[in-house]
Amino acid sequence: MTAFACIFVPDFPLEALLRAEPELRPQAVAVLEGKAPLQIVLAVNEKARHAGVEPGMTRLQVEACAGLVLRPRSPLQEAATHAALLDCAQSFSPRVEDAACDTILLDLAGLETLFGELPKIGRDLARRASDLGVEANVAIASNPDTAVLAARGFFGVLVVPAGKEAEQLGNLPLEVLFADPKLFDDGQEPERLLETLARWGVRNLRALAALPDVALSERLGQQGVRLQQLARGATSRTLVPVEPPLIFEEVIELEYPLVLLEPLAFLLGRLLEQLCARLAARALATQELRLQLELESGWQEEESTTTHVGTDALVRPGRAPARQAFRRTLRLPVPLLDARTFLKLLQLDLKAHPPGAPIVKIHLAAEPVRPRAAQSGLFLPPSPEPEKLELTLARIAGIVGQNKVGCLELLDSHRPDAFRIQRFAPVEPQGGKPSATRKPAGEPSDAVTALRLFRPPMRATVTLYDGRPTRIACPKRPELQGEIVWVAGPWRSSGDWWQQEGWSRDEWDIALQAETGLALYRLVRDLLSGGWFVEGTYD
Amino acid sequence: MSSPLVCAQPAPGYSVAFPQERSAFLLSRLSAIPKLAGVAPASRLEVRPAPEMVSSGIREFDALTGGLPRGCLTEICGPASSGRTSVLVAALAAATQRQEACALVDASDAFDPVSAAAAGVDFEQLLWVRCGGKKLALRTRAAEKTKNHQNDRHSRMDDSLEQALRVTDLLLQSGGFGMVAIDLGGIPYRAARRIPLTSWFRFQRAVENTPTVLFVIAEAPCAPSCAALLLKLQPGKKPSAFSHQPSGKTSPAHAQLLDQLEVEGELLHSRLERKPVRSATTAFATKAVRIL
Repeated sequence: MTAFACIFVPDFPLEALLRAEPELRPQAVAVLEGKAPLQIVLAVNEKARHAGVEPGMTRLQVEACAGLVLRPRSPLQEAATHAALLDCAQSFSPRVEDAACDTILLDLAGLETLFGELPKIGRDLARRASDLGVEANVAIASNPDTAVLAARGFFGVLVVPAGKEAEQLGNLPLEVLFADPKLFDDGQEPERLLETLARWGVRNLRALAALPDVALSERLGQQGVRLQQLARGATSRTLVPVEPPLIFEEVIELEYPLVLLEPLAFLLGRLLEQLCARLAARALATQELRLQLELESGWQEEESTTTHVGTDALVRPGRAPARQAFRRTLRLPVPLLDARTFLKLLQLDLKAHPPGAPIVKIHLAAEPVRPRAAQSGLFLPPSPEPEKLELTLARIAGIVGQNKVGCLELLDSHRPDAFRIQRFAPVEPQGGKPSATRKPAGEPSDAVTALRLFRPPMRATVTLYDGRPTRIACPKRPELQGEIVWVAGPWRSSGDWWQQEGWSRDEWDIALQAETGLALYRLVRDLLSGGWFVEGTYD
Repeated sequence: MSSPLVCAQPAPGYSVAFPQERSAFLLSRLSAIPKLAGVAPASRLEVRPAPEMVSSGIREFDALTGGLPRGCLTEICGPASSGRTSVLVAALAAATQRQEACALVDASDAFDPVSAAAAGVDFEQLLWVRCGGKKLALRTRAAEKTKNHQNDRHSRMDDSLEQALRVTDLLLQSGGFGMVAIDLGGIPYRAARRIPLTSWFRFQRAVENTPTVLFVIAEAPCAPSCAALLLKLQPGKKPSAFSHQPSGKTSPAHAQLLDQLEVEGELLHSRLERKPVRSATTAFATKAVRIL
């Protein structure tokens, strides 16, 4: 048995807005379209309708209504909501038709064994859409057009039994048929057709379905016959499946510019939850989050530096706000799908790199990747959880600095202290044999004398006798003064002489008499500058 | 007290020790008292399971201590050139070779990657946190006021120490590390001993019942009452500890550099054994390396 489901969002522009600002749901809200001062009401919610606000009214007319929240239409939020609807449908069926921005059709053939009976699938669809922030009507019927009409006409979840389409649709008003603009793309005017049917006394679909076919064809042509077949629920067509692109983006346009981290984090948290819900609906995770903040134009640098700004302030006095858009990219070593972790990471990142100007628009995008699949074992060595580790690393970076935490990589150079810091991503322990490069565990080897470096090296004054250091004085370190009781060297090395940053040096190992015994140091003479430095101590 | 089971003082002319049959009688009567039904005899108290020991990477060290205990704090102290850092690097090498994720909190930014690479540390498994680079807000203001160079240095030390403690706290709370090492070797003892004991207890509680080895090196003992294992290292006093001729045939003939460093270690404190700690010492040599 074939079955099709339709997800329809009534008052789509309003729902898109309420998805971004769910705290407005209990209030009377109207969405305006057009340029000021010629704005008209495009969509209203139930409370606004009770207050007497109707679509088509001008802004001037509705401004008198007390307690009414007016918002401009947001195409970006509508696009994000439409993408969320597609994700919702894709999480159930691979065959999805993008019928309209507020209407999604999906083929349910064969899904009953996976998801249960059709009513359950309908309820699950509505719940999934609600999780994504959209209150939608869901209708299931044996053909796509009937499902669309039922979803447009009935509130909530409805399953139209096969063979009872005309009976179910009969009570719907004729306007439901004329809501789809695709039906009238051959030049006919739907208003005239509706007026004609109204003059005949046809008020609902049952009356239209009962008209004689031939007479209707003679008077209204093929368009009339098609409308009658729709009213009877007797049309048959194939679905036009689409493959929605894997674009996960969410946008919020702000009424007032934000200057503090806390309200920004609140909005980011909402966006991240929506993004994570969409990614979860497609069984995906993300490894890269891109945050773009549109900054208020014309914002000028604050002259006064005495203004108290809290530690969470996004605007720091004395910073030049020359840019209009502020971008941050959060790259993760492993795919994650945890909105709280993402939020904390973004908070720490924004705290370390504040945008520098008030924010008027937030754009957040996630790069989808397949989720991480890891098989843990009982006898594997301990390894930190990636989610916790990322948060910990971000917090540590906030304490010691961004380039002071990570994983070491030695550079292929003889230059002293040649290394760079990379992102720490420990190799996940694998069961089985250790790699060939590793020594077998549990076999102690000979210890290596480690050097403790002084960063930067300490300048010293050295007395030479017969070309060898005999006495040292280091003003910064009292313990580094006195006779050298033992010396070995020199170890001469040089490199990069073909570049500007060439280096050449002699290394000496020296011992000084300390209170607790002999202390060993590495003494270096820079042959290019002639200076002496204590590079470190052997320990 | 009218109980016949209590005998506060022996009667004159009688021995303090009870006869055997009298002891057995007393024990049977005691076990019959309902109030003492839930009290377990001291001989049957549960013994805390001994922690798992892992290799420190140095044979002599393992022979002395049995290795490094997991879920406990191990502290190595000693003056400069006493081999503390060599033991630390060897322990990190052993842990990373076991494929464990390790973290090194470098309070004085003194870690030498070349030595560590020579010791066999797998850098992919080692998180290195270099403290002291970023001044804390409060300290910065304080440092700005102080013009004295010595005071500024001490202020930097305090910053590094505070950063190291905060970072260690985060790492231990995060969990999952096989070893978390704190290098306080470059911090003067005066500064290191100002670390509150509660911090060490918190760290010790954080690693308890986890597979993490908490490893600290310092100039002098900082957390003696928290450490499960406390060792003191001393540089070898023999003049033969230093070789004027480098070992290895690949070295140039003219090069005369440090060959090896002799280290003497003494076990000061161990909570892993029930019997009293005996004076136990060991000695080992660390090999100097140089990249050719």
